[in-house]
Amino acid sequence: MSTLEKTGFFGEYGGRFVPDALNPVLDEIKEAFYHFKDDPEFQEELNYYFKNFVGRPSPLYFAEKLTRALGGAKIYLKREDLNHTGAHKINNTIGQVLLAKRLGKKRIIAETGAGQHGVATATACALFDMECIIYMGEEDTRRQALNVFRMELLGAKVVPVTSGTRTLKDAVDEALNDLIANYQTTYYMLGSAVGPDPYPEMVKYFQSVIGNETKEQIKEAEGRLPDYVIACVGGGSNAIGLFAPFFNDPSVKMIGVEPAGRGLDTPDHAATLSKGTPGIIHGFKCYLLQDEKGEPLPVYSVAAGLDYPGVGPEHSYYKDIGRAEYVTITDKEAIDAFLKLSKIEGIIPAVESSHAIAYAMKFAAGLPKDNIVVVNLSGRGDKDVAEVAQILQNKSI
Amino acid sequence: MNRVAECFELKRRQNQKVLIPYMMGGYPNLPDSAAALEILAEAGADLIEVGIPFSDPLADGPVIQAAGQQALTNGCTFSRLMQELGPVVKALPIPVMMMAYYNIIFQRGVRRFVEEIKDNGFSGVIVPDLPPEEADELRDAGREFEIGLSFLVAPTSTSQRIRSASHGSTGFIYAVSLKGVTGAREHLPPELPEFLQRIRRQTDKPVAVGFGIAQPWQAQRIAQMADGIIVGSAVIQRMSEEQGLKSAGMFLREMREAIGK
Repeated sequence: MSTLEKTGFFGEYGGRFVPDALNPVLDEIKEAFYHFKDDPEFQEELNYYFKNFVGRPSPLYFAEKLTRALGGAKIYLKREDLNHTGAHKINNTIGQVLLAKRLGKKRIIAETGAGQHGVATATACALFDMECIIYMGEEDTRRQALNVFRMELLGAKVVPVTSGTRTLKDAVDEALNDLIANYQTTYYMLGSAVGPDPYPEMVKYFQSVIGNETKEQIKEAEGRLPDYVIACVGGGSNAIGLFAPFFNDPSVKMIGVEPAGRGLDTPDHAATLSKGTPGIIHGFKCYLLQDEKGEPLPVYSVAAGLDYPGVGPEHSYYKDIGRAEYVTITDKEAIDAFLKLSKIEGIIPAVESSHAIAYAMKFAAGLPKDNIVVVNLSGRGDKDVAEVAQILQNKSI
Repeated sequence: MNRVAECFELKRRQNQKVLIPYMMGGYPNLPDSAAALEILAEAGADLIEVGIPFSDPLADGPVIQAAGQQALTNGCTFSRLMQELGPVVKALPIPVMMMAYYNIIFQRGVRRFVEEIKDNGFSGVIVPDLPPEEADELRDAGREFEIGLSFLVAPTSTSQRIRSASHGSTGFIYAVSLKGVTGAREHLPPELPEFLQRIRRQTDKPVAVGFGIAQPWQAQRIAQMADGIIVGSAVIQRMSEEQGLKSAGMFLREMREAIGK
């Protein structure tokens, strides 16, 4: 395949806006990905670890009490929170570590914001005896000290990033810099469906297990496809994993839920698709929260896993062609949903996933009872209980 | 022919090398960066590259990252940079290029950006994160306003990439000397001569080498293999010192002497 072909685009989004030094390593990963994804032995190994290590398939749970309480459409929860390490992130890291192994790479680097992808990466590296270096904004290492310790327990080295805003955005910069310098020995395990080609396509592929399972499970439970699939969108990997397998099923409507933080009329949100404009960040084109000069804006959400100024290129494309709708939920609505789901269903959701739950609650209540809504419960909320306790105590939201 | 290409052409005829210092616009502050242009020109620069600060500079190491961050903190924007540097750039006897990450150009509008830098006396632009195949609009605007373009190639670039980068470059070809980001290095990469020969086999356009060059002896060595030498982090490092501009000027003089007039 010619490296000069315009590949890796979703409409006008995606692509590879990188210094040429990165092209050979991206080509290498891309070639390996397309080769191995259809290789029976790779598939067998992937499925083995999905089943025996991650605990797949994850249940599609009919939230009967919640459905009854709202009095509208039937709500099903895709239980990615029950995966090993507690979120959908592990689907991607297991897939990529198997690829890295086949490329003969022994050193894995990754970026992390809240630490969930860092933990999932460190877990995959422990399993496959890989050296693991996690770049994490210094600010985030303080806010998420427990996850830093978790990564260290798993054998990873966590490098606090002190440049820029000292958050996820800067951790990505640092990881890309490391990759440019050390690409011969190093594999960069990107955590969301963002970044230069082939990452968005590859991460979608490994996360599509969510939507593929959902399709089978809902057919078995209801004998038909759902009317709506709903997921939260930060970078957008759990959402694209649920959505993509339904792309060619026009009866299934997709709703992505972005964090409105303290409100869309304040600067404190991270609703990229709702409020952003097309731009280029971290080597790809997407909707971007930026000022008129082209500088990425500081972003905020109560859910650390959702605050990124860019978003997956495929979501940007889905928005433009109208295939998916993107809506927003505030911090307060998300925390309310966090509390409600815990009480009503006995499931404590991650505050990220709580955004999807919150929208589904609002939305499903107004739908006919024979409608079916699937919500991706992308992660569990154990990591958030201390913060939520503090929020409730201080009444700070 | 744009002024960047003319500069290389002239130096080639005189059998001399083009010395290109890189500085960050707005660093250490706006007025000083205007003064720095004059000091670098006087110290022997043939061409100056001015970076526009950007918060996510993919190709840059710690020194240039930190300089960009400080410039942003100082409130340096593209517009203010043009206001402050424009008059100085126009008055300089040598051409000045702009180094900008693509989003800054994209947000302003490609044609408008090129027109504005032309109006302010700039002669070329380098966009480290823009691949040649995405650069049609920039190439058209460059032609219209006689703004030179330089694409980057790296030791890992395929021959095909080198061809397309040299095809797109209307100033010179920017050869990244090493595998990594900008910043001073102790040694020259051993594969550099072979890499430069590989570029020469693809094109007879002028080639300037940048990234990692911090010592006069390195510049001297590269002068034997390339048409131009770009020095960035080592210049900016000196600007951060007390009497920074003066010390940057002195450093550039040493580099000039090392590669000959």
